[in-house]
Amino acid sequence: MIKVTIDDIEIEVAEGTTIMNAARMIGGDIVPPAMCYYSSLPGTGGKCRTCLVEIAAGSTKDPRPMPKLMVSCSTTVQDGMIVKNRTSEKVIENRAAVVEFLLINHPLDCPVCDQAGECDLQDLGFSHGKEGSRYEEEKRTFEPIDIGENIKLHMNRCILCYRCVHVANELTDQRVHGALHRGDHTEISTYIEKAVDNEFSGNMIDVCPVGALTDKSSRFKSRIWFLNPMNASCECKKCSGKAVVWMFGKQVYRVSVRQDKYGEVEVEDGKPNWICNECRFDKKDVSNWNIEGPRHIDRHSVISQGHYEKPNPLKNATKNIE
Amino acid sequence: MISTLETQAKRPPFSPEKLTEVQGVIKQFPEGKQKSAILRVLHIAEEEFGGWLSPETMDYVAELLDIQSIEVYEVATFYTMFNLKPTGKFVFEVCRTGPCMLVGSDEIIDYIKSKLGISAVGETSADGMFTLKTAECLGACGYGPMLQCGKVYHEHLTPAKVDELMDHYRAKYSSSINQN
Amino acid sequence: MGRKLLLEHIDVSGIETYDVYRNHGGYKSVEKALKTMSAQEVVEEVQKSALRGRGGAGFPTGMKWSFLAKPEGVPRYLVCNADESEPGTFKDRFLMEKLPHLMVEGMITSSYALGANTAYIYIRGEYMFVLDILEKAIAEAYAKGWLGKNILGSGYDLDLHVAPGGGAYICGEETALLESLEGKRGNPRMKPPFPAVKGLYGCPTVVNNVESICAVVPIINIGADEYLKIGTEKSSGTKLISACGNIARPGVYEIELGLSVEDFIYGDEWCRGIANGKKLKALIPGGSSVPILPAHLITSTAAGERRYMSYESLSDGGFASGSMLGSGGFIVFDEDQCIVRNTWNFARFYAHESCGQCSPCREGTSWMEKVLHRLETGKGNMRDIDLLAEINKKIEGNTICPLGDAAAWPVAAAIRHFREEFEWHVTHPNDAITRNYGMLKTPSITL
Ligand SMILES: Cc1cc2nc3c(=O)[nH]c(=O)nc-3n(C[C@H](O)[C@H](O)[C@H](O)COP(=O)(O)O)c2cc1C
Ligand code: SF4
Ligand code: SF4
Ligand code: FES
Ligand code: FES
Repeated sequence: MIKVTIDDIEIEVAEGTTIMNAARMIGGDIVPPAMCYYSSLPGTGGKCRTCLVEIAAGSTKDPRPMPKLMVSCSTTVQDGMIVKNRTSEKVIENRAAVVEFLLINHPLDCPVCDQAGECDLQDLGFSHGKEGSRYEEEKRTFEPIDIGENIKLHMNRCILCYRCVHVANELTDQRVHGALHRGDHTEISTYIEKAVDNEFSGNMIDVCPVGALTDKSSRFKSRIWFLNPMNASCECKKCSGKAVVWMFGKQVYRVSVRQDKYGEVEVEDGKPNWICNECRFDKKDVSNWNIEGPRHIDRHSVISQGHYEKPNPLKNATKNIE
Repeated sequence: MISTLETQAKRPPFSPEKLTEVQGVIKQFPEGKQKSAILRVLHIAEEEFGGWLSPETMDYVAELLDIQSIEVYEVATFYTMFNLKPTGKFVFEVCRTGPCMLVGSDEIIDYIKSKLGISAVGETSADGMFTLKTAECLGACGYGPMLQCGKVYHEHLTPAKVDELMDHYRAKYSSSINQN
Repeated sequence: MGRKLLLEHIDVSGIETYDVYRNHGGYKSVEKALKTMSAQEVVEEVQKSALRGRGGAGFPTGMKWSFLAKPEGVPRYLVCNADESEPGTFKDRFLMEKLPHLMVEGMITSSYALGANTAYIYIRGEYMFVLDILEKAIAEAYAKGWLGKNILGSGYDLDLHVAPGGGAYICGEETALLESLEGKRGNPRMKPPFPAVKGLYGCPTVVNNVESICAVVPIINIGADEYLKIGTEKSSGTKLISACGNIARPGVYEIELGLSVEDFIYGDEWCRGIANGKKLKALIPGGSSVPILPAHLITSTAAGERRYMSYESLSDGGFASGSMLGSGGFIVFDEDQCIVRNTWNFARFYAHESCGQCSPCREGTSWMEKVLHRLETGKGNMRDIDLLAEINKKIEGNTICPLGDAAAWPVAAAIRHFREEFEWHVTHPNDAITRNYGMLKTPSITL
């Protein structure tokens, strides 16, 4: 075990732990924001640069500070390392700059975006951004496209975190979408019209931190803060069957994976509970699900302010499908 | 414009000789690392199949290398040398970067535009002979202004030299037609 | 007359062919190394020579070699970086085109030192004609027994291949190069792990520039002691400089490091002064990524000392008043040139070449390009100049690879030294559109 100090809090972690994961063990608001890193998807991280932190001392052996800010998601801790996140002026300033970079080409179309209320970029802009943009140039734009029967891609909103590419690599052997072109012309696309069509493709919607990938089977039916998220399960041969169903009254509007407080899919016995497309897109009847109870969601201000955690109104209405 | 007949003639698969060449390239890399051959194979495919990479050509390359089509699209769109749309018979790629600009590349680009009767970089002359593109520093900064056409560098360009070049390539095309 | 180590026989006709090259002492370093030295001794000799990488960063080559991990049963690779795309740089092409066998010889001697049995030369795709020349030389080398199995009966095997890129400056960055060589998009990798531990196909790999690898040949031939006598204390040996821009005689020159900048620009043996009798305005001494120097900081430093062509003298003064030797891409500006236009041109280059992986570089480089374009075309305002400096600071150091820095530094330096020229573009919008700042000679408020 090695010792690391983050924002004056000391913790012991196993060798090879990243600063990000050490911070998550401490928890609370010393955890740096992550827009591209996703712990269940190997190879993610390092790209968005929102998780930059200052290393005030490299290690006990070499206590010199590091000259550059480091990405906490991909930098492993050393014994005696001292990390500054919220306590560093430099971090706050540079993170605000990263937020500005992420927003200059963003359409800021939150009022019509399905992700509004549960968007990591919205949260990030709120907590780490500065007011007003100095960007006077024209924004780059793309037409929204369908990728597959059930998924809509709004490339304008994409922040190029590459999570959707990694999730496809991880869960399928037939990836058909990817990152095309380069520089600020980079786009997520299938290149020629091709349906993303395999049993686990829907998970890319849940890993997308913004409203670039959305569920067509639930789009625009209701704003997220009017829905009640419920832990639910069903017996499924293809996946864990453990999901969150988003309900309005007795109707299921949307099905998603169970996410932890960092927006990542819950892991059980070392295995992430991804869900299959059938559970996600087809099981829209409350009778398909065994409703376990309200889902606590604490990271997105808007949803958690929705006061939905009342006694389960559906308790008697639901029937278990054995 | 490339005539329909010509485009049809230039479609996958490779001839047996080309296929041998491609196999040779793949063998330069360790077992299981055949994807390493992709850039070279794309260059060969572009030359063989009409000067550009159609989705069909890229799918064929994916098949040859035993990888997903998207992996080929990802690569082909990243590297600027590949044409993703049909071009004229000859593509003039004029370097527009700083050192060439210092010695007059902007003027050469304008001159070529006016000679070809086109209004913007990327367009093809009405007779389908030349496409004008710009490129970033091609490693000929001391010999600028310059352009690349196929494998050949043409350096120390002047308007007169551009005229000569166009005549040269037109003649080259005529003689290749007459041979067939 | 400076001593020539790489280009000693450049004027011999037919030197690109095997026989002529061999008759002029070619492949002697391979004989010496394989027959009389252990691999470790070759590494030590290169270390002793103090050769610094010629690709731009100037990292000591011998030290890089000594870092190479050597786990049992895992292949090691040597990869030559022949991606040469840094604006102003065209020396590697010259070496490979005119002396392909020197390149092959350097690869053999270096691979032997590193214990690599397979080596690649990754060459930019636009140099396809050079690739043909190299493959011809490699075929000759195989035929003569310099490559293949059991070279010179030493028991050492080596296969050497050339792989082309497809048009991407970023593939000159060593980890992007390795990605590209694996057949992927040229997205740089995060470091650590460094290539010396995990490089090509996850195996220990050394990546060196063409000129660094070629320099190994004379180092082994004449010995490190002799090599150290050339150059300065901190910059040993000779360096190829590719000189371009507004000079009377552009071209590739091999100089002894430590030659004065003044001699190099005005000397008969080298650039022969500014073209068309014009005056010198600015210099970028080491490729587009290094800071630009205004006239008064070119031949002498801020402290009034003579400026020399060496790693230490060109960087004297740091970012405030110095620059860098970099890749040796020496770009000279005469009095007619517009710094704003040139800065915009390079900013456009970097925006075009950013791989787009990390947000500060992807968004920041194209933002700077747009702001600079507005300024250059007379549509900017004073705030834009500060905005540029601000964007700059937020890219620098915050990216995955040094392309972000490379894009930021030239803009910062141009504003630092030529601020009034940027301001003039704001105060004279009509002139900015129609006329070139430089051509106006002494622009004044009355314009
Ligand atoms: C954006 C970028 C572009 C580069 N381009 C080249 C190049 O074209 N050729 C080269 O030799 N090194 C280039 N480098 C430097 C390489 O990353 C690496 O340091 C070099 O190949 C090491 O060789 P050396 O130690 O022999 O100089 C580049 C670096 C960066 C960050
Ligand atoms: S679509 Fe979403 S998940 Fe995919 S790269 Fe863009 S932001 Fe990331
Ligand atoms: S700094 Fe630029 S070129 Fe380098 S990895 Fe980031 S986006 Fe790519
Ligand atoms: S979360 Fe670390 S760089 Fe994106
Ligand atoms: S700038 Fe044109 S070849 Fe280098």
